[in-house]
Amino acid sequence: MDARELYQELILDHGRRPRNFRVPEHATHGAEGKNPLCGDHVIIRADYEGGVVKDVGFQGSGCAICTAAASTMTEAVKGLSRAEVDSLFHRFHELVTGRGEGDPEELGKLAAFAGLSEFPMRVKCATLAWHTLQAALDGGGSASTE
Amino acid sequence: MTETTAARSLAPAPFDVERVRRDFPALHQEVHGKPLAYLDSAATALKPRVVIEAVDRMYERDTANVNRAVHLLSQRATLAYEGAREKVAKFLGAKEPAEVVFVRGTTEGVNLLAQTLGRTKLRPGDEVLITELEHHSNLVPWQMACEATGATLSVVPVTDEGEVTLRAFREKLSPSTKIVAVAHASNTLGTVLPVREIAELCHEAGAVVVVDGAQAVPHLTVDVQALGADFYVFSGHKLYGPTGIGAVYGRRALFEALPPWQGGGSMIHTVTFRKTTYKGLPDRFEAGTPDIAGAVGLGAAVDYVSALDRAALASHEKDVLDYATSRLSKVPGLRIVGTAPDKIGVVSFVVEGIHPHDLGTLVDGEGVAVRTGHHCTQPLMERYSVPATARASFGMYTTRAEIDQLVRAVEKAKELFS
Repeated sequence: MDARELYQELILDHGRRPRNFRVPEHATHGAEGKNPLCGDHVIIRADYEGGVVKDVGFQGSGCAICTAAASTMTEAVKGLSRAEVDSLFHRFHELVTGRGEGDPEELGKLAAFAGLSEFPMRVKCATLAWHTLQAALDGGGSASTE
Repeated sequence: MTETTAARSLAPAPFDVERVRRDFPALHQEVHGKPLAYLDSAATALKPRVVIEAVDRMYERDTANVNRAVHLLSQRATLAYEGAREKVAKFLGAKEPAEVVFVRGTTEGVNLLAQTLGRTKLRPGDEVLITELEHHSNLVPWQMACEATGATLSVVPVTDEGEVTLRAFREKLSPSTKIVAVAHASNTLGTVLPVREIAELCHEAGAVVVVDGAQAVPHLTVDVQALGADFYVFSGHKLYGPTGIGAVYGRRALFEALPPWQGGGSMIHTVTFRKTTYKGLPDRFEAGTPDIAGAVGLGAAVDYVSALDRAALASHEKDVLDYATSRLSKVPGLRIVGTAPDKIGVVSFVVEGIHPHDLGTLVDGEGVAVRTGHHCTQPLMERYSVPATARASFGMYTTRAEIDQLVRAVEKAKELFS
């Protein structure tokens, strides 16, 4: 696979103009995620009440894969329950590690990350925001994908 | 002397890079369907065939433990192992082979010193002085030694260009400075430090000087005595040798006064349950079966490098560095981090709008291997306000054509991200 195919238009777009790059107005939960190896740094804050992610935003800095993954994640998890977040992350993780069996198209925009399965060194860039979101929903603290 | 021989002796012999390239099997492969441009020699250098064969031969023919049995294979292994020590000692300009101790690499070597020299020499209130550009391996072990002894770690700053000036050293040196640990050359910035002058200053102040030579040894001709290094540490794998082997040079008077480090076989004189006495140099610091094949491979690497015309090699490496600096600095939006006048073949850079990791993946797709990240120098990344850099680093086999390939790959990455 050509390395440039990894950088789908959607990834470049979300990397350049991340969505939900903000602190939600009624944030109740938050966590910080770091990948010390490459310097990726993500802060997730969520409005998580009644077991549902009502709103979520992120801040920080990282590579295009990390930023685009955080951006698309914030769009994808809005309105989901904790169990649904975990299940979506599970499917996303299988997709980016090349172990997925379902139809990637079911993942919507997240399917753009399928090419990562051929770049194992970069998988943690895409999962940092997800691990951090889980840490936030667990009650805070920090996550690391080193 | 005839006129022609005089003229010939004045003109530096050109370095035959194509001939050298034939000696390195790993160079001749494609990655992602593109010819490999290996620009990551500061992480680890490729190995010439003679090194690979020397290691093979140790396992195929001369496998035996050293310094133990009387049988022929053990004798051959011992001779080869001690022969490697002699080669390394000569290569570094040590007075005698016993001043060279084999370790796993620079990291283990610095840890050996931090735990023996550090813990015997340091008292609460004392200082260990390092520089801002140190690799974590010449920082964390000293920090640990300071924590264990109540000493303080003090840091000489680098300039915006990446230099460490003598004036900055003078400002930080004090009567409390007991140990000074400096890189001979920076793995991230490429800066060559004025180690000889630094050592002089430090000795005047009564401090012991430890030099991390990991990056310098492949590029500079090192003479530990002329440098005034009390201790000098390096890794074999950056010197075209195997991984897992390196050496600590120590001036005898200081080295043999240190307490033993790891205990076990080979390093003892006599053992009773009541008390053990220890051997002198170098066995004192080589507990257990060493990496015999690795040491022999390192010896072969030292032979290989020593057989080259070092002046011609240095001028080839300078040509590649200057060419890379000039080509890269013309790329719009590219900034080189580390622009000291005296550098080894290392160019760290950042490109506006592209994170180094994305750049690393994209240039790899064009066959170009560079390192991206903090290069085990997190404080230095903070100093230059970058999360990471891309780093192209060169070996004796690097060509201008490979620099062209890098520049084209960076330009292509820029197009994608524009």
